[in-house]
Amino acid sequence: MHIPDGYLSPATCATLFGGAVPFWYVALRRVRKALHTRLVPLVSLFAAFSFVIMMFNLPLPGGTTGHAVGIGLAAVVLGPWAAMLAVSTAIVIQALFFGDGGITAIGANCFNMAIAGALVAYAVYRLLAAGAAIGSARRVVAAGLAGYAAINVSALLAAIEFGIQPLLYRNAAGAPLYCPYSLSVAIPAMMLGHLTVAGFAELTISAGVVGFLQRSDPSLLQSTAGRAAALGETAARALRPLWAGLGALLILTPLGILATGSAWGEWMARDFSDPAARHEIAASSFHRAAPLRAPEGLARWSQIWTAPFAHYAPPYIRSATFGYLLSGMFGAGLIVLACLVVARLFGANRTWRTHSCMPRPHSCRRPASAGPAGVEKSLDTARTSACATSKEPAT
Amino acid sequence: MRLHFLERTIDGLHAGLALALDAENSAAAGGLLQQLDARVKVAGLFSLILAAALATRLWVIAAVFALAVALAALSRVSFRVLATRVWIGALAFTGAIALPAVFLTPGVALYRLPALHWPITAQGLTTAGFLLLRVETAATLALLLVFTTPWMHVLKALRVLRVPVLLVAILGMASRYILLLLETAHEMFESRKSRTVGPLAGAARRHVAVASSGVLLSRSLQLSGDVYLAMQARGFRGDVYLLDDFAMTRFDWLALAAFLALAAAAVWADR
Repeated sequence: MHIPDGYLSPATCATLFGGAVPFWYVALRRVRKALHTRLVPLVSLFAAFSFVIMMFNLPLPGGTTGHAVGIGLAAVVLGPWAAMLAVSTAIVIQALFFGDGGITAIGANCFNMAIAGALVAYAVYRLLAAGAAIGSARRVVAAGLAGYAAINVSALLAAIEFGIQPLLYRNAAGAPLYCPYSLSVAIPAMMLGHLTVAGFAELTISAGVVGFLQRSDPSLLQSTAGRAAALGETAARALRPLWAGLGALLILTPLGILATGSAWGEWMARDFSDPAARHEIAASSFHRAAPLRAPEGLARWSQIWTAPFAHYAPPYIRSATFGYLLSGMFGAGLIVLACLVVARLFGANRTWRTHSCMPRPHSCRRPASAGPAGVEKSLDTARTSACATSKEPAT
Repeated sequence: MRLHFLERTIDGLHAGLALALDAENSAAAGGLLQQLDARVKVAGLFSLILAAALATRLWVIAAVFALAVALAALSRVSFRVLATRVWIGALAFTGAIALPAVFLTPGVALYRLPALHWPITAQGLTTAGFLLLRVETAATLALLLVFTTPWMHVLKALRVLRVPVLLVAILGMASRYILLLLETAHEMFESRKSRTVGPLAGAARRHVAVASSGVLLSRSLQLSGDVYLAMQARGFRGDVYLLDDFAMTRFDWLALAAFLALAAAAVWADR
């Protein structure tokens, strides 16, 4: 994924560097405005983190191992603009000091991974996690797919850059001067590895770490969660009028008995031989007479299942009004129950503290309850103070 | 024997730390490049990398490579370090990529493999040569820079390439904390290894890697808060200043002129 020196022409490198500069400029302005004095330590530390996890050996199914880049994770935790800066910083340090990626290809690598990757990861994450609570499983899936999409888009861009080299740069004898493979070779060769091994590594790290943070430090996921996630805390209050409305509608359900006739198309097999029912069918079908016998398929399939509350009139209840009311309550109850089961399965009923500035013991210090309480308290006070000062206006 | 995944990760992290340590030791040695101003080395070595990237003749790239090897010898960077850190790795990685091009690139067939009848073309050999030589040359020059210059000086010297001072500060802080986090991760995996008996199942290994990443992320962000408070306590208000302790001597100017002349000569010879 990290393009070394010599694979791309200087012109391609310069073009991609030029393409990256406006993004860096906007990212720097945006992040500086949002973070002000916190910009330098936050981006630096996240870049260092991004660098280190690239060295983690991630065991993958099938016995192979992969390395994650951390693009998806950066976009999920920091947002796209700060992620661009952090991942770019990591790429520059890798190229300068560790020989991973070329110096002339810094612009290309940053454009592919830090810029395009971060934007794609953020878009996918926000799209898939829209409205989900911070602790929901949907956020884990969204983060994993965001990382997977980001690394593959980055790989595709790199493959296109490789693939156009032999089209543009050849010597007099026709030998390619830089990457020798055309698009038809470069794209499948790059994507095969990234759609499988590298993509799965990025998916695993992104999803796994987001799941870990949901349990250990969910406030770190708040900044990119959007407004909808904050609804989790106030959802119960917001739902109160809806519960009241549902109760009122249930009480009013017997009004349905007052309606006459039948809904078009909701006929039973025996209606076709019942003169009164046939008259209603004709009246609701522009006076076109129904067949004398029920269609064969309708007659056969309508006998497969007999509903316990057929026609909203349970046979064991004499009062039609009460039967209708009971049917309504039963149906509404089933729907609510199904929603609760789905919410439970996807964790949407879990809510978290939504403000990251809430003073609290940090996750990695929780076991320190045996230690001096004063130190813990002063650390939390310091953290609160840090959050407060980060909101000071930019000068 | 197949290494345990924890051991492989520890080895990787250890290699990162070892590289940093080797680079610092080598930068302190007395050699030709070590005596030069960091800005001269950044500008000079980058111009040579650019000359190698622009070259369209193999002998020009080979000449720049020979120059890089000579500079390494004059700067007391051992060939063993160059071979293990750069040449073998680049040859294996780029060689694997370049090898199919020998057969796939259309052109004049020089030889056909006996059993497979695949043609080895002149154009294929040339393009593989371009790729290998360019990669080896650029990687050697890049390693020379970091093995003859303290890392903080390299970053400060980026100002000569008009990199904004804020980005230089971020790069500097990130490179310092990379070493700290590498050590933290190294200790995490070491402690995990010491508590592990026998091989772990695939899912358990993934769990270890993911949980370690999560813990490291939490620690990184907590550390950023602590660093931020320390910066605030020292009066940091968002303006970044770098101590410019570089001073160009006559020897530096001569060296810069020599670098630029050699790069220009390479570009001229390639016409």
